[in-house]
Amino acid sequence: MGTVIRTPHPREKRIIFKNIDRPGYTPGIDSYFADGGYEELRKAFTMKPQDIVAEVKASGLRGRGGAGFPCGAKWGFIRPGETKPVYLICNADESEPGTFKDRYIIHQDPHQLLEGMIISCYAVNARLAYIYIRGEFPLGAKILERALAEARAHGFLGKNVLGTGFDLEIYIFRGAGAYICGEETGLIESLEGKRPYPRIKPPYFPAALGLYMAPTIVNNVETLCNVKHIIRMGGAEYARIGRPNNTGTRVLCVSGDVQKPGYYELEVGAITLGELIHDVCSGLKPGRKLKAVIPGGSSAKVLRAGERYKLKTKQPDGSMAEREIGIEEVPMDFDSLAAAGSMAGSGGVIVMDDSRDMVWALNNINEFYAHESCGQCTPCREGSLWMKKLTARMLDGGAVPADPDTLKSVADNIAGRTICAFGEACAWPTQSFVAKFRDEFAGYAARNVPAGGHGNGNAESQP
Amino acid sequence: MDIPAELEAVIDEVIKHYPVSKRSASLPLLHLLQEHFGYITDQAIEWIAQKLEIEPVNVLELVTFYPMIRREPAGKHHIRVCRTLSCAMAGSYRLLETFCKHANIDLHARDHGGHLLKSPDGHYSIEFVECLASCGTGPVCMINDDFYEAVSDEEVPQLLQKYQ
Ligand SMILES: Cc1cc2nc3c(=O)[nH]c(=O)nc-3n(C[C@H](O)[C@H](O)[C@H](O)COP(=O)(O)O)c2cc1C
Ligand code: SF4
Ligand code: FES
Repeated sequence: MGTVIRTPHPREKRIIFKNIDRPGYTPGIDSYFADGGYEELRKAFTMKPQDIVAEVKASGLRGRGGAGFPCGAKWGFIRPGETKPVYLICNADESEPGTFKDRYIIHQDPHQLLEGMIISCYAVNARLAYIYIRGEFPLGAKILERALAEARAHGFLGKNVLGTGFDLEIYIFRGAGAYICGEETGLIESLEGKRPYPRIKPPYFPAALGLYMAPTIVNNVETLCNVKHIIRMGGAEYARIGRPNNTGTRVLCVSGDVQKPGYYELEVGAITLGELIHDVCSGLKPGRKLKAVIPGGSSAKVLRAGERYKLKTKQPDGSMAEREIGIEEVPMDFDSLAAAGSMAGSGGVIVMDDSRDMVWALNNINEFYAHESCGQCTPCREGSLWMKKLTARMLDGGAVPADPDTLKSVADNIAGRTICAFGEACAWPTQSFVAKFRDEFAGYAARNVPAGGHGNGNAESQP
Repeated sequence: MDIPAELEAVIDEVIKHYPVSKRSASLPLLHLLQEHFGYITDQAIEWIAQKLEIEPVNVLELVTFYPMIRREPAGKHHIRVCRTLSCAMAGSYRLLETFCKHANIDLHARDHGGHLLKSPDGHYSIEFVECLASCGTGPVCMINDDFYEAVSDEEVPQLLQKYQ
């Protein structure tokens, strides 16, 4: 109980999390000023909006919310001379299981987010912006309200920001416990006062037809914080951190069976999954072996210990070389994790050792998706529930030999057949768990467990 | 239904945050009324609809969608335990049971109607919720608006003591 505070690991490169857990640092604006706060905003106002967009493009910054879409390219979709109003929304819904980074920025360093947001609004000419914060962060919402009031009092918000003639209002909007509000078009519907039913793309790309059918930029909290540092360093300098096409730092959130779970800000791709687990997180629990890792939030496909992946790397002479690597050698960046058949996603790394039952783990994930499907698309609404019922029944002692195939077939019939990416998000865990741990799933049918559990399949089978 | 003047002033201020469409204020207003009354009644739904010049069903469909919006009172103190994978690996199912035991809540009274589990005296209510974005310090829970990390079973009685 209480608050867990940690000092940064030596391998970390803290830019975004520089002030997190810093002794004496408070969310108030004075702490932020003492750290050079809002200097980048002043600098940004000396630049033309399109030059800021160009710097962000040059930085190579990719979205930190899950999809990894290039931020500058997204901003570039806003046409110069756009006649409709442009809106910017900060996605602070942080609800992908395994992800816990935006929470700390919001609670401990809210002004960094606001500065990044104000610069971003100026860059895309948004005069009205919202922070969509999940309902379960009531304290975070209060801290942000206070920070907004402080920023307003200092002339960083409101009419004629810092005498530049630029007007900007930012308001907080609280969600109410629905994961689908993290999906950007679901979020927009929610903000319009409707059920958060995602919109189909095309045509409803937010940058074209977003909030109130006007061009809207939706960015994650961590992405927007990065903008401030891009202004400080310049896009080219920022791009030297990390790897080509995988620039900057990322806050990796490690949970599960490691000695030291927590958040670690690391240069993208600078360490491998094995180094993350064994060095940064001090290894597995005593006597345990690695079994599986979900590398980018619960939606990412699971990686199995012992798997081999083919990774293409650029050689110094520019040619491409292919090498075969194991799970612990996978560099923690967007492209490498994609090459390993999974994704960097939201940065949430869930580690499982050999004490874990994969059917139990998948059932937990399935229960999440069954609960969170918005219900618009039949394959997702029904399929997510069927997958959960199947894994729950397996745990309860009612497994039959066809279960692995049935699970796969249900999942295969969701992915690619839905309005939003939740369809893939809920199908990928089942597809990957069943494919990679097929023996374990098949073994359930042969188990001699008493039939007739109580139908929720969870509590008793694992600590 | 009695809306105090101060609350209505807050509500009017909040509506101004949505200059393009008042309808956007429906979820914020549901939050405000739930904070004040503890839950959302039919009258509250109609009041919001009238205030925002929308149909009551536009408000009702939000009430029935969002897990945090309630149609019945919670206990005096409301406990939320995270159910999702990382916390489950750290023992959240057992933590839920421990809370129930010490708060005098019958966990097996769970039904499919989405009613909250409550102690007979209405002092505590409890629910399992999905990932609270603190997976590295599981198991985590919230009691009212307060957040607790790495909660052990042994700490539960002392924790409940704080909420009398
Ligand atoms: C089901 C689902 C849930 C999502 N949840 C979140 C979330 O909680 N936070 C977030 O920032 N992005 C989330 N996203 C991604 C957003 O749709 C969007 O891509 C992101 O906010 C864009 O910001 P970025 O480009 O800065 O990453 C989710 C996507 C899907 C499909
Ligand atoms: S895929 Fe699922 S969550 Fe997404 S719109 Fe369809 S039903 Fe809703
Ligand atoms: S799984 Fe409990 S906080 Fe994420």
